[in-house]
Amino acid sequence: MIMNIIANPKKLRGFEQSIRAIKIENVSRRSVLKGLGIAGGFVLAAPVMSGHAFAAYETGASKMPHGTVVDPRVFVAIASDGTVTIVAHRSEMGTGVRTSLPLIVAEEMEADWPRVRVQQAHGDEVRYGNQDTDGSRSTRHYMMPMRQIGASARMMLEAAAAKRWGVPANEVKALNHEVVHQESGRRIGFGDLAADAVKEPVPSIENLKLKDPKNFRYLGRGEIGIVDLRDITTGKAHYGSDTRLPGMKYAVIARPPVTGGKLVSFDAADTMKVSGVEKVIEVKGWPWPSKFQPLGGVAVIARNTGAAIKGRDALKIVWDDGANGKYESVAYRTKLEEAARKPGLVVRKEGDVDAALKGADRVIVGEYYLPHLAHVSMEPPVAVANVKGDKAEIWAPVQSPGGTREDVATTLGISEENVTVNVTLLGGGFGRKSKCDYALEAALLSKEIGAPVKVQWTREDDVRHGFLHTVSVERIEAGLDKNGKVIGWRHRSVAPSIASTFKADTVHGAPFELGMGLVDMPFEIANIQCENPEATAHTRIGWFRSVSNIPRAFAVQSMVGELAHATNRDQKEMLLELIGSPRIVDLSSVKDLWNYGEPYDSYPIDTARLRKVVELVAEKGEWGRPVPKGHGLGIAVHRSFVSYIATIVEVAVDDKGKLTVPRVDTAIDCGTYVNPERIQSQIEGAAIMGLSLAKYGAITFKDGKVQQKNFDDFQVTRIDEAPLATNVHIVPPGADTPPSGVGEPGVPPFAPALTNAIFAATGKRIRALPIGKQLET
Amino acid sequence: MIKLKINGQERNWDGDPDLPLLWFLRDEVGLTGTKFGCGQALCGACTVMVDKDAVRSCITSVSDVVGREVTTIEGLHPTGDHPVQKAWRELNVPQCGYCQAGQIMQAAAFLMENPKPSRDQIREAMSGNICRCGAYQRIENAVRLASTGV
Repeated sequence: MIMNIIANPKKLRGFEQSIRAIKIENVSRRSVLKGLGIAGGFVLAAPVMSGHAFAAYETGASKMPHGTVVDPRVFVAIASDGTVTIVAHRSEMGTGVRTSLPLIVAEEMEADWPRVRVQQAHGDEVRYGNQDTDGSRSTRHYMMPMRQIGASARMMLEAAAAKRWGVPANEVKALNHEVVHQESGRRIGFGDLAADAVKEPVPSIENLKLKDPKNFRYLGRGEIGIVDLRDITTGKAHYGSDTRLPGMKYAVIARPPVTGGKLVSFDAADTMKVSGVEKVIEVKGWPWPSKFQPLGGVAVIARNTGAAIKGRDALKIVWDDGANGKYESVAYRTKLEEAARKPGLVVRKEGDVDAALKGADRVIVGEYYLPHLAHVSMEPPVAVANVKGDKAEIWAPVQSPGGTREDVATTLGISEENVTVNVTLLGGGFGRKSKCDYALEAALLSKEIGAPVKVQWTREDDVRHGFLHTVSVERIEAGLDKNGKVIGWRHRSVAPSIASTFKADTVHGAPFELGMGLVDMPFEIANIQCENPEATAHTRIGWFRSVSNIPRAFAVQSMVGELAHATNRDQKEMLLELIGSPRIVDLSSVKDLWNYGEPYDSYPIDTARLRKVVELVAEKGEWGRPVPKGHGLGIAVHRSFVSYIATIVEVAVDDKGKLTVPRVDTAIDCGTYVNPERIQSQIEGAAIMGLSLAKYGAITFKDGKVQQKNFDDFQVTRIDEAPLATNVHIVPPGADTPPSGVGEPGVPPFAPALTNAIFAATGKRIRALPIGKQLET
Repeated sequence: MIKLKINGQERNWDGDPDLPLLWFLRDEVGLTGTKFGCGQALCGACTVMVDKDAVRSCITSVSDVVGREVTTIEGLHPTGDHPVQKAWRELNVPQCGYCQAGQIMQAAAFLMENPKPSRDQIREAMSGNICRCGAYQRIENAVRLASTGV
């Protein structure tokens, strides 16, 4: 059975306009919204409101599958002892969202944070609204709905207290888990009020009052640690692999080494001799392109994971490699480069770039390459399933709880109501866990063997069978007039598309890929043309933190460095000249801008904000400071996930070509924010991920097979090579600036800031990543 | 029958003596605080203490630790308040948190051996433990904080 792309659009983030043809459920039609069943507690009732009833700004939240649900009955419960339970409906993979979203509710309802418990939602998008934790969207889509939920709860508590005391409602005020009548000094706790509050009429839309931000106790302050902090440091935090059920079996799967390959035959005689191995069975695979369905293969079922792995090592398997058996990375790069040197599909056109380049005094050409990357989250994919008859229960670290539920139901041929998806903590996600193939494998195996089963991916499985970051060639031609001003800009971007994982004949990027640093390029240049020549995928391509912004920012910001050198100017001055005047960039020439799914009115490309982060990072990062011999400074800026980020890297390259990073400074403007401490941690981490991909990141293919296997040949940055100091500078939000992304936008500017710094230090221009041995002498 | 001592408690194992300690701890005993990351001693997520040494439990077989004292994150401190754990919380080190048990065990063993390490010594001692979220700046600072006894 092949999954139809249109029938199951849940996780096709960004496909909204182009390929998706789904009905977005109207929030107001939802009727089965029951409160949390907490013993002895009372559940507040409040109106179901549309996602943007009170929003000072509009977001793309309502366009996401299942939209938003703004209902305290779904998200808040107050027990008679005063304990407030707030639901976190997004997945925690390290961004802090499981703390941040409930904190917003607590802020508005005047709950005292130590008396708040966070409960993780299971996968149910009818109940909770969209749960896809990706696209750096959770805070920007949910800050206002969470405030509204909290405000509803607060006003009902206040109304109940006023009635009890017989005083006008405007004389009482919720304050730190109590309602206070200031005149008489009377006060009553939330727990004592819950029973009455639930009987109060819900505040009308017009009367719902949000707190004045100047009275915020938690938001924007960064003084609240993540809710899982103690459990993480004591080994009690529960990740996907930590689920244990009575009678549970442990499984690992041998998968086809080439994507789209098939099992021909296997011999399990030696496997069955391994102590602890109980069973060897075939796992169903799906034909290419397989969407998020399992690749198929041979599963070894054992009493523990170690036995299953040992048993798998003893399998003898014959595979049919299929159509992708000739995929080879060196030849493929040549093919991409050839495509980038010829005209391709025009996706943005302003002025006449051909004439401008022909008439230019000089044309600077840069061709930039970035290979496939693997996510390698510290927790490899893992899932536990217990399928009994027509019911299935899953425990898994998934970024898409609702989509997982839907896919498990479809795969098993049962109804969604019969599928429960328990969302554990994620040991990293980075986009890999937006695809629930591992949960589907567990579901199929549990059904087959009639017992609960855990499917554990080994690191080798993770490196070899993932949904890789694409591979790309970005070619930029920039024409300069005789005064050194850029008058023409042609950017050709060639890369196999994520859409190929869903639709076999895909050769062009989807709008959500083209919109990540290609068509949304913000420079003020008279003649601009962006093209997207064809590319065919030969492996599974998926979302990787920051997605297409990584190669695009690398290319565009490297070209800025190249232009600065060509015209003998300071990198930062060149950058500011190209950004041009403070303005809202007019992108009416782009047919489908995407804009991260956000309305352009709320989230335009504002070059004043772009300039501001450049200037801030230059000031705080002491741009232009003298550095020792062999050191260099590089700068880059990029807008992604509707946030603005600029980075300065100081690099040191010794006489053998060994690279170290003494200092990194990053300035971020992410609008209104919840927790600056977590913004800082995300940006610190983004520098490490940026350094990893710049120094080492490459998944390569030969004979259709991934050539890497583990952290020895797919290396990532370790602590002894981490920057000696990473400083994060957050732009204070302007009045009513809508919140924007934090999890992803830190990564893209790092690599070009680093390679611009390397150029400053050594005069060597790195145009192909990873840097690898290119600097060695 | 193999007899082991884990977090002060006797455990028996009558299965494959070559079974990696990691899987014995996680799957057979149920001590899931110790994590699987690579299976090849490349990432440090599975770090436990054997006597006073930090070891990678993914490549240490059950039979290797007979007669020795195994300490996992669950047994590091009775209330979870080892100076390293406290320092980790003080500096809000974790992001996803998955590698942190291994990081903490590595740091705790390292500080027993070298109570007042230099910056370079910290970076070297912790370099076998990968954090894909990239919390290294805070890990380094937390080891330093723990070493000063706060």
